Amino acid sequence: MLTIRNLHVRVEGKPILRGIDLSVHAGEVHAIMGPNGSGKSTLAHVLAGREIFQVTAGEVTYKGRNLLAMTPEERAREGVFLAFQYPVEIPGVSNIYLLKAALNAVRKHRGEPQLDAMDFLARVKGQLKLMEMDQSLLYRSINEGFSGGEKKRNEILQMAVLEPKLAILDETDSGLDIDALKIVANGVSAMRSPDRAIVLVTHYQRLLDYILPDYVHVLVQGRIAKSGGPELALELEQRGYGWVEADAMVSARNGAQA
Amino acid sequence: MTAMLETLVNQPYKHGFVTEIEMDAVPKGLNEDVIRMISAKKNEPEFMLEWRLKAYRHWLTMTEPHWATVRHPPIDYQNIVYYSAPRSKNDGPKSLDEVDPELLKTYEKLGVPLKEQEWLAGVAVDAVFDSVSVATTFKEKLSQLGILFCSFSEAVHEHPDLVQRYLGSVVPYTDNFFATLNSAVFSDGSFCYIPPGVRCPMELSTYFRINAKDTGQFERTLIIADKGAYVSYLEGCTAPMRDENQLHAAVVELIALEGAQIKYSTVQNWYPGDKEGKGGIYNFVTKRGDCREANSKISWTQVETGSAITWKYPSVVLQGDNSVGEFYSVALTNHYQQADTGTKMIHLGRNTRSTILSKGISAGHGQNAYRGLVKMAKSAVGARNYSQCDSLLLGDKCGAHTFPYIEVKNSSAKVEHEASTSRIGEDQLFYCQSRGIAPEDAVSMIVNGFCKEVFKELPMEFAVEAQKLLGVSLEGSIG
Repeated sequence: MLTIRNLHVRVEGKPILRGIDLSVHAGEVHAIMGPNGSGKSTLAHVLAGREIFQVTAGEVTYKGRNLLAMTPEERAREGVFLAFQYPVEIPGVSNIYLLKAALNAVRKHRGEPQLDAMDFLARVKGQLKLMEMDQSLLYRSINEGFSGGEKKRNEILQMAVLEPKLAILDETDSGLDIDALKIVANGVSAMRSPDRAIVLVTHYQRLLDYILPDYVHVLVQGRIAKSGGPELALELEQRGYGWVEADAMVSARNGAQA
Repeated sequence: MTAMLETLVNQPYKHGFVTEIEMDAVPKGLNEDVIRMISAKKNEPEFMLEWRLKAYRHWLTMTEPHWATVRHPPIDYQNIVYYSAPRSKNDGPKSLDEVDPELLKTYEKLGVPLKEQEWLAGVAVDAVFDSVSVATTFKEKLSQLGILFCSFSEAVHEHPDLVQRYLGSVVPYTDNFFATLNSAVFSDGSFCYIPPGVRCPMELSTYFRINAKDTGQFERTLIIADKGAYVSYLEGCTAPMRDENQLHAAVVELIALEGAQIKYSTVQNWYPGDKEGKGGIYNFVTKRGDCREANSKISWTQVETGSAITWKYPSVVLQGDNSVGEFYSVALTNHYQQADTGTKMIHLGRNTRSTILSKGISAGHGQNAYRGLVKMAKSAVGARNYSQCDSLLLGDKCGAHTFPYIEVKNSSAKVEHEASTSRIGEDQLFYCQSRGIAPEDAVSMIVNGFCKEVFKELPMEFAVEAQKLLGVSLEGSIG
């Protein structure tokens, strides 16, 4: 579904990603972990199409197409979804309006009929329940005055409504108390499906207690320094990131010598 | 991102075309003979000519004001045609069938269907094409209720007593340079009188359109709501594309007597000039309402997206005790458009209340200024005002300015003012895009969200139109 080869990305001239290689297949859940500043969020945003990130080398194919040549909205309509670490507030625009506009944009792209307000509401009700959100949240301005937990749940609600093929969750667990974390994790788990890939970007292992990943990758200084199964996350939880960083420096030095 | 936004903003004006209709115009320039000619063409009674001449003589003593934050080349007042009317074989059409088909086509292109269009079903239209009213509908139904709704010229003939009594009673002919010029040369406009206790059952609506080359448009509107009456009035307009700047100096006077309510809504979409700032309408308008007696209420709601320059301060004089004044405004400037707009709330009566809600949107090289005066006179015991002025910037070459003037001479009066300036963030735009929404739709969505509080004051069908208009005017802005 997603293949990343030798991806290099700069922000304002500064190299952030320095050669990422990653393959994600339908049905898989990948966790991208790593210390602060390792480039995790950058990777998530580059995949969604954020322009401030400048791709200087490498390629990304998504469902056989060059993802990097697509606009952010094309990616979304083709099934790429990014759950934001810091969901954006849009005063005066109701949550339901955005959701409906988004879903209809996706449906239009797929050649499906547009949903009217009634059909849409009927559809979204089940997902609201899953996320334990009150219907009144639909009529409030997008993320305005939402608590941290409400914002994150709202992101997963959007994901549930849009039914993406590739869902990228950028630190969706950060700032959540344990109850909210469970709700969010339940929502994500409910989305696991053989035709959907999920990429979890996270700093901590705790989200992975609820969503067991198939693969865990550790990002250090813009490269994937280590990959493994779910046991790698547990090891990181116990030992921290230091040893992976040290290993990465050693191999980088060896690489330079070679 | 910025480049993309600019492409979006730089879409050409969609209502640009010129209708070819023969014009019956007076020669260019202004002098007493021209004024006599205008008055004679309109067959006006003596009092009107006298009033026009007094205004003209006063105008000669005045100078063009330059305090607004707008810039334009000097206007040559002698190079303007002050009167033109579509030519008609029998002194004006009796029904729509008699109206020049070209003209009807123009309205259709603008999406202003006069004929057999559903949404008009509840709206009486007094259409102003250049200077003369060409069609009036629903008049009979209104007259059954005693409501007078006609062109200004007709009112001068049919209801001279009302015209003489109220004309200039809110905006005197000495008021300001442009209002005085209008008083001297105004060609036509709308007149509306709602008798005591009558609630006008439909939205009254006038469409203005500037069309003749080099013709200044000088409209005059007079609306009187007698004791306990209610009326909602809509004014909307677009204009065809052309190169010359066209001067528009309208005057609107509203009078609300005891317990009366007037709601006046405007959607203004005159040609703003091209993306280099060439051409476009100069819209120098004086609009003022007078809450003349107790418990009356006047609301102004405006959506200003057009014109090269907008200079406009719909105001309310709150004379009657407990009277209420409201001003809700969305002003958008794109390309090289300039707007200096706001309101004046003059509190004279006891316990008078006013609300000001202004939303300014600047894109491209647009400059947008809010200028508002809240005045609490000594007599305004217990008066209150609340003002909120918000500005939204799209891009980094535009400007927003706020000039609130507050004068309080009564210690029991309360005045509150809030202001904010924000920018459509790249993050907001990206957020919408990442949900599959095209950037132009996202901008329109964000801007409409910003304007929501004002739009909800507009009558329904107008609100829908206003949203569309904002979308069209903005297509593609940000930074």
